[in-house]
Amino acid sequence: MSEAAGGRLVRLAETGRVPVRFLLDGVERVALSGDTVLTAILTNAPSLRQAEFGPERRAGFCLMGACQDCWIWQEQGPRLRACSTQLADGMRLLTRTRGDWP
Amino acid sequence: MTAPTEPGVVIVGAGPAGIRAAETLTAAGLRPTVIDEGARAGGQIYRRPPEGFTRPPTTLYGSQAGKAVALHAAFDGLAAAGRIVHLPRHSVVALADGTLHAVGDSGSRRIGYDRLILATGATDRLAPVPGWQAPGVYSLGAMQIALKAQGVAMGRRIVLAGSGPLLTLLATQLLKAGAEIAAVLDTAGMRGQIAAFADLAVRPSFALQGLAMRARLGRLYHAGIAMEGIEATETGVTAIRWTDAGGRVQRTACDAVGLGWHLKAETQLADLAGCRFDYDETWAQWLPRADRMGRAGNGVYLAGDGLRLLGADGAEVAGRLAAAACLSDLGLQAPDVAADLKRLGRLERFARGIARAFPWPADQVRALPDDAVLCRCEGVTAGAVRETAAYGGAEVNRVKSLGRAGMGRCQGRYCQLAAADLIAASGGLAHAGDVGRLRAQAPVRPTPVRAFLEEE
Repeated sequence: MSEAAGGRLVRLAETGRVPVRFLLDGVERVALSGDTVLTAILTNAPSLRQAEFGPERRAGFCLMGACQDCWIWQEQGPRLRACSTQLADGMRLLTRTRGDWP
Repeated sequence: MTAPTEPGVVIVGAGPAGIRAAETLTAAGLRPTVIDEGARAGGQIYRRPPEGFTRPPTTLYGSQAGKAVALHAAFDGLAAAGRIVHLPRHSVVALADGTLHAVGDSGSRRIGYDRLILATGATDRLAPVPGWQAPGVYSLGAMQIALKAQGVAMGRRIVLAGSGPLLTLLATQLLKAGAEIAAVLDTAGMRGQIAAFADLAVRPSFALQGLAMRARLGRLYHAGIAMEGIEATETGVTAIRWTDAGGRVQRTACDAVGLGWHLKAETQLADLAGCRFDYDETWAQWLPRADRMGRAGNGVYLAGDGLRLLGADGAEVAGRLAAAACLSDLGLQAPDVAADLKRLGRLERFARGIARAFPWPADQVRALPDDAVLCRCEGVTAGAVRETAAYGGAEVNRVKSLGRAGMGRCQGRYCQLAAADLIAASGGLAHAGDVGRLRAQAPVRPTPVRAFLEEE
């Protein structure tokens, strides 16, 4: 099981699942079928998004849909809550706000 | 002759309380609607991984595997037989006058009800620690969900800190799964834990299990510590600083911190439904008012951790009781509840022992430095809350309006208890309950405007 450098999470079990490809900030990445978007991103990167009210980045907090820390952008617009959304093949996820938006 | 319309009962939440409530109602011939945020019923403590995961229940739920399997089977059986209407992956975001709004992937729908059973559970109860806004800080519940439902550890070298049964349990589960734990830091001292033992001993097997787990943690476990702060770089946590019971400052390197001080009842929907609340000194939080059965008035019933923080076994009992109350209020045959009421008393005594053994760290909160972030959502600092309370008055809703503590995207779920302590201290009040209760506002989850435009 290869863990991309810079990933925060460590896979301890259930590693035999089918790989799923997605784009993270335009770069193709691989996670596993059954991963949440949060798991998929954080096995590949240290954080999910930039905090709006502080200098730090954020990587989720409660994982049960209560804290709303893990809302991220997709290339096509709609945001999603990473901890409660299943990863789907070909998702185009962003850890930053789209650069061409005002 | 037309049959009388069957009363519409809606259950919110499909954890232990919601599942047992549904089962009790269907046994009496009703067909309730069960609305739940999860994809699969079970709630948080008996949360199931997605389809296709292979770890057996004994790995996922340990000694509680039998209970988990029984609950899942009971619910799946009801759903498969069409004896309930199951709306998974839906959040109830608002309710008023017998109608609730449930939002799912395909939009919002309005659902009418005659009776409402709220089994909304709880979240982790959080106290701020300086630096807790850094990436890599999670609630203890989050770390447990990650392990159970995704098979992952939230870091390579983890410190768990806070207090409560989950602290020891999660440490044990993570170690067993192969994670590296650097330290388990308990703000509760040994003296208080021992003093509460008489109450904890009413459930001897639970108490002994806890002690055995604690013993296996060995030198990783430290009681009676004080949190100093979490250190981080841009990419995340690098260490936690704490003072041990002997007064020595320690620094433990780590890349993830799990924090939690037991549970906080999820009460927003009960609030919108018009329930009254009382401040509970033992639990250091506001809890909705209901009778022993969970009857809160106006056709609303409460069950599980959203009413009383008794844990999963208590939630099963409370779910049955609330449904029985609902049935009897509808004039239908209700099951005998004598045994469950007796169980409830024992579980309450145990839970109060837990609350006393692992208390809310009010002193830690009141000692927060001014520059510590209190509200993770909007970066409102402890100093800003003190300042706001000083000019706006020592009342939580005023401080929210004027200073935004509790205004952010989590709607105060994770900062309101600490904010109440700071506001009380600022107003010279001894009790956090004296500064009022943060009112819930609909929608109780952030909801895209799209959901209301695309009403089903």
